[in-house]
Amino acid sequence: MDRSRTYNDVVVRQFTIATVVWGAVGMTVGVLIAAQLLWPELNFDIPWLTYSRLRPLHTNAVIFAFGGSALFASSYYVVQRTCHTRLFSDALASFTFWGWQVVIVLAAITLPLGLTQSKEYAELIWPIDVLIAVVWIAYGVVFFGTIARRRVNHIYVANWFYAAYIITIAVLHIVNSLAIPVSLGLSYPIYSGIVDAMVQWWYGHNAVGFFLTAGFLGMMYYFIPKRAERPVYSYRLSVVHFWALISTYMWAGPHHLHYTSVPDWAQSIGMVVALIVLAPSWGGVSNGIMTLSGAWDKLRTDPVLKFMIVALSFYGMSTFEGPMMSIKTVNALSHYTDWTIGHVHSGALGWVALISFGCVYALLPRVCGRQEMYSVRLVELHFWVSTVGIVLYVTSMWIAGVMQGLMWRAVNDDGTLTYSFVESLKATYPYYAVRLAGGVLFLAGTLIMAWNVWKTVVTGDRRALQPVLEPA
Amino acid sequence: MDAGTWRGIFTVVMLLLFIGIWAWAWSGKRKQMFDAASRLPFEPDQPADPQGARSAGEKPGTGVESPQS
Repeated sequence: MDRSRTYNDVVVRQFTIATVVWGAVGMTVGVLIAAQLLWPELNFDIPWLTYSRLRPLHTNAVIFAFGGSALFASSYYVVQRTCHTRLFSDALASFTFWGWQVVIVLAAITLPLGLTQSKEYAELIWPIDVLIAVVWIAYGVVFFGTIARRRVNHIYVANWFYAAYIITIAVLHIVNSLAIPVSLGLSYPIYSGIVDAMVQWWYGHNAVGFFLTAGFLGMMYYFIPKRAERPVYSYRLSVVHFWALISTYMWAGPHHLHYTSVPDWAQSIGMVVALIVLAPSWGGVSNGIMTLSGAWDKLRTDPVLKFMIVALSFYGMSTFEGPMMSIKTVNALSHYTDWTIGHVHSGALGWVALISFGCVYALLPRVCGRQEMYSVRLVELHFWVSTVGIVLYVTSMWIAGVMQGLMWRAVNDDGTLTYSFVESLKATYPYYAVRLAGGVLFLAGTLIMAWNVWKTVVTGDRRALQPVLEPA
Repeated sequence: MDAGTWRGIFTVVMLLLFIGIWAWAWSGKRKQMFDAASRLPFEPDQPADPQGARSAGEKPGTGVESPQS
């Protein structure tokens, strides 16, 4: 029988291993820069190791290398299983893997060298941006080509979320990266001033909404029903969830620019839309969590399901916190403080990373010819170590952020500032130490996973081919 | 018409669209299709016999040949 009647799990396995490797690398850089905030000497006076250069390396590594690989792996796995067909093109799928790895390596070289476009989450210089666009379009061709070849009538809801994420990221990346190159490492954006800021945060917020949300909701809609062994709580709700989420998220960007020279009406629209996004977000959370109704006991025994359900809980918390922080009066306190860092990590560690870990643990054994991971007890250990790490990280940054906001706005009776900036920095030190401890725990959890993944891969049968199942 | 009127019309159109999607999703006609769709993840993703997955190559009847290395 020919290969077209088996699933292409090679590329799934490659991206899954890349997820674990880049996760460990990106989180190690995160731990290093968290330690630098506590002990600035840790940059060793080497320019490549300064906070300013490593911070974008950390964000790019965890979002695009770790999160991106998890999205590639899971979308390729899910689209084949729910369409009952092999990936559209093996060669193109392989190109997306190696192309994406080249992008990551180039990022890891250029960012420490100080080569940057200076746009947050879009720092990479224009030649890398071109490569990203090419790889991404190839990704779209593989994904939509597979959907077009499906042997079932319906397109499962998880694929809708993956599809929205792939299309939107292509549009966001290309529009935000439009620039006039001057040399290999230097380019100027075609936008200027306020328009540049608006485009940047239209991109930045939708990188959150579509890369870090829609894509991972695709994981949620496949792997939670799969692990809970029951269909999603309400398929109708998932349809409304999808359309409501993608049609509202797009307009919330200006809330990143409160109290700047962006027109006041644009700020207010950003705030109002951000508040509206709470509804579809919580609709999705309810749908995911209620999928377990009647099977709650599985949470006690299945650590993989624990990862996914706690991830959804953090998703619910951060999608409540985000709209709240986008209210102008709250933003006046929270903006530019460590509260924002706490909020981001509640979403990034709590939602994105935990659902990705759950997804790795659910799909890796299947593409290695096994039923379960090498050690389920280590999965359980990873769950607790990382959850405690997140709680330490997020609570310390919340307290630090609110404290900073209150100190910065405090004024004496004569109108002078009560505290100098450096006094607020000094007061933050203990919280930086707690945050570092949380980060170290989270990284330790990832290393536990890396060992478990290694043992699973070497003891599994990597050559076992999974036949494409006939549609029911 | 001024910009405010257009915005008002746009808001009403979006609201109607949302209600329309809701009505479409909750319509009884869709129930059967959605029930079938929600079962898509459960159609087995590998042979029922766990050993079959590990050595699918040797197992007759699964219709899978030896893996190509």
